[in-house]
Order: sequence, then C-alpha cells, then structure tokens
Amino acid sequence: MQFMLIMNETAAERDKRNDPAVAGDYWGAWTAFVGEIQQAGIVVNGDGLQPPHTATTVRIIDGKRVVQDGPFADTKEQLGGYFTIDVPDLDTALAWAAKSPAASGGSVEVRPIMLPPPNAA
Amino acid sequence: MTTARAGSATSLGKDDVAETVVERARASYGRLIALLSARDGDIAASEDALSEAFAAALRAWPRTGIPANPDAWLLTTARNQLRNAYRHETVKLKAIDEILIRMDASDAKPATIPDMRLALMFVCAHPAIQEDMRTPLMLQTILGLDAGQIGSAFLVSPTTMGQRLVRAKAKIKLAGIGFALPDRDVMAERLDDVLSAIYAAFGTVWDGVDGDGGGQPSLAGEAIFLARLIVSLLPGEPEALGLLALMLYIEARRPARAGPDGAFIPLREQDARLWRRDLILEAEAILTHAGALGRVGRFQLEAAIQSVHVQTPVTGSVNWAALRSLHELLLQHRPSIGAFVSYAAVLLGMGLVEAAREVLDSLEPSDVAHYQPYWVTRHAVLAATQDGEAEAALKRAVGLTRNTSVCAYLLAQARRDRPGPP
Repeated sequence: MQFMLIMNETAAERDKRNDPAVAGDYWGAWTAFVGEIQQAGIVVNGDGLQPPHTATTVRIIDGKRVVQDGPFADTKEQLGGYFTIDVPDLDTALAWAAKSPAASGGSVEVRPIMLPPPNAA
Repeated sequence: MTTARAGSATSLGKDDVAETVVERARASYGRLIALLSARDGDIAASEDALSEAFAAALRAWPRTGIPANPDAWLLTTARNQLRNAYRHETVKLKAIDEILIRMDASDAKPATIPDMRLALMFVCAHPAIQEDMRTPLMLQTILGLDAGQIGSAFLVSPTTMGQRLVRAKAKIKLAGIGFALPDRDVMAERLDDVLSAIYAAFGTVWDGVDGDGGGQPSLAGEAIFLARLIVSLLPGEPEALGLLALMLYIEARRPARAGPDGAFIPLREQDARLWRRDLILEAEAILTHAGALGRVGRFQLEAAIQSVHVQTPVTGSVNWAALRSLHELLLQHRPSIGAFVSYAAVLLGMGLVEAAREVLDSLEPSDVAHYQPYWVTRHAVLAATQDGEAEAALKRAVGLTRNTSVCAYLLAQARRDRPGPP
C-alpha cells in the first residue's frame, strides 16, 4: 500500500538550511534519513522543496487566470518535501514518518495514495 | 433438553439449527470477523459476508446436519461471499487467504482457526481512530452488538451511531490500518488505548456516586467479557489484569447499590453481605498476580483502591492512609480529573478539609464544569465548613446526574443539609 509522507516544517526549522551554525546538523539529519529510507527499498518517489517564498500560486477566477506571489495559505508550518513509500500498513508508514527530521521540527502527515477508480481501467 | 448432534444428517429440527446458529453467532462472531477482515481491513464487507453465511447456515443445516466444525463452515461460506463481492477486482492472494483456503469444514479441531481478535482490538483502538469511536467499534466488531444497542448505551440515536460506525470502518480500510500487533516499543502505549476503550464500555464509575450508569443500559458484562478476552490473549500484561480486577471489584458491589425500592445506596452505607464474594476473591487473586509481574500502572492502582474499599467491612474501619498513598501514586501515573476529584474526597474523609478544597480549586473550571463527581465532592467539602455555596454546588451535581435514583439521593442529602425546619 502506498502512502505519501507530507513533511511540514516551521519557518525556524527551514531557516536552519542556510544558517552556518546549524546547517551541518540540519543536512546531516536529512542525509541520514534519506539514506536509510532509500536503502529500505520502499521509496516510490520523493523530493525536497524550495522555501515557500519561491512559490507562485495560480487560480481561475471568473474564467480569468489570477497569478499570485507566494504559497496558497499562510500557515505556521509549510510543506518542505514529501516521500511516497510502499509499505504494508499505516503503522509502518507512521514509523518511517516519525524517523524523519520533519517529525521533530514540524509535523508529518501520512496519507494513503488514492487507487484509480474501479472503472478507470 | 435436546441437543443437535454434530454431523447427524437426519431429523434435525429447525429450532435445533436456529439454536446452534445463535450460539455460534455469540461465541464466534468476533473471531470470524477478525479473521475475515484481517485480509484487507474491510470490516464492513466482512460483516455483510458473515451475516450472509449465518443466513445460509439457517437454510442449509436443517438439510445437511450441523457440520463438525461450524466455524470453519461459516468461514468458508463467508469467504466465498467475499470472493464474489471482489470478483471484479484483482486482489492479491495474501497469507490470510491461504489460511482460509486450508480451512476445512469437516475438521473438528477448533484450534485450527487462528485467533485474530487481539489484532482487531488494536485496530479498533488505533490512535488514527477518533477516541470516542474506539469503544463502539470494539463492541460491534468483537461482540456483534448492533448500532441501536451501542447507541442507547452512549445516548446517541441508532442512526447517528450507525453512520459513525460506517465512517470509522471506512477510515480503517482507507487509512491502511494493518491487522498486526504493535511492536514491543509502542505496545504499552497502544495497549493503554485498548484497555481505556474497554473501561469506557464499563461506564462512568466513581465511588462518590458508585454505579452512576446514567440510567442507560449497562455494558458492564460486555466490558468484563472483553477484559477477560484480552487477559487470555495477553496473559503477561499486568495492566490488562489490573483492568479486569478493577471491574470485578466494582461489579461485585452491584447487588448492594440499590435498596429494595430501587433507591441508590452509596458505598459507605451499603450492606457488605450483599457484595459478591466470588467476584471479590477473583479480583484479589488477579490483582495479586498482576502485582507480582512488577510493572505498576493506572489500572492496577485503581483496582488496589477498590481492594481497600472492599476490605473496610472486614476491618471495621476505612484504611485512609492506604487510600491516600494509592491516590498519590495514581496521580503520578495518570493525573486525570477523576483521580484528582477522588483524591480530594479521600482528603475530606481524613478530615483534611482545607487540603481537599485546595485540590479541587487547582482544577481548571472548564475541565470540571460538566463533571458530576467534582460537584458532589465540592458540595461535601463546602458543607463540611458550613459554606453558603454548598447548596449551589449540590444543585450543579443534581443537574449533571442522569441516574434518577442517584438524583433522589442527592436531593434527600440537600434536605438534610439545610438547617432549620423543613
């Protein structure tokens, strides 16, 4: 069964990426986690994302394309990256989620991947 | 008494068959649901398939005789139902299918059916399930209670409870909650969720208003059954033993809780001769065994507090010192509102009125606004110091009491408290 681990970070946690005093620890923790999860052979897909200020949001309002600077919502924690993994059940997915640095410096939402609708084939 | 003989193919009365089916439904429901659902987590589909299997048994068994292993017959029939339901989907063959395929209805050894009920209980009480739905899920899936029976015990309409159960089962399937026992490191925490869900079925029980079940149907018997089941499946877990002992102590006092007219009788005024000695002895033995395992916890401490209460008539006096230290330990393990209020009642019993009041005052008003035992205890503390606010506290308590005989008792107390002519 496939799950997406949606890694959310606080701004303070994310800023560690470029703070020379702590960047080593920050990247070290992520490198260790990514190495372990890759080695387990369960990763379907995964990416880290550039910070929210690099985002551009688009929506259609009254048939017109409206493009905005920044992410969709201004929240305390924001999407920093994701992994899609293939594991037997929720508890296994939660165990991997808990190991990620995001669980300590933010939160990880675990969501099952939607199967194609029954008549799509 | 006529009993249907297993395997006899002739002259079986419809009543014999119906009796056997009902008996199987009671004894094996949870076991069969657990095994069928473990396949892909689809509890709702398993329930449908199993009820079809029971209906098929009612049709077939009068003709064929009751099979040597009725559970295996039911399981095979239910599995075929499920397979028909899934025939348009490509479903991977899992270990559970292997077990189901190897099951043979003519095999009379019931031990060949693996017991997945413990895994099912951990699924029902999984932290991904809304807390107030864990108990109803367990009552339905393990014991086969319907939404109406569960709803009336939790003061929710059958329709609402039915919808909530459907949603909870959909969540189990879609969220991918696995039918596996938790790892050693999360076991204690998850077991606590399971035990708490069982205790919730037992009802709100607190000694200040011993047995205030709120007038709704009691699920005490069901809760004790579940606790016995978990003790048999996890014999080395002291907290599971503690929970069973706790409920047996409280259940033992049930016959003494109401007078002949149905009037409520509080713990200290109960006729101890009416307490069920068999249950008390069983509880004592279980608690002793739990204690020997050397891992103390919330349920063992609560059971120990009950043990002190039942010793009172034997020794002739309340062992307040023991009650106090047990409550202090309990607060270290589980600082719940209930434990604080109960602790205040013990301090009051020892004559430490100010200390009792301090404990009550330390609680958040929003946490206790609707907690009946808090207001009963608050009234007792204020009445002990002739505080004018005592009556207001009692009125809050009465307003929060659902059980009519407890209500009558509290109102009578209010009349006694009030000075001057009636």
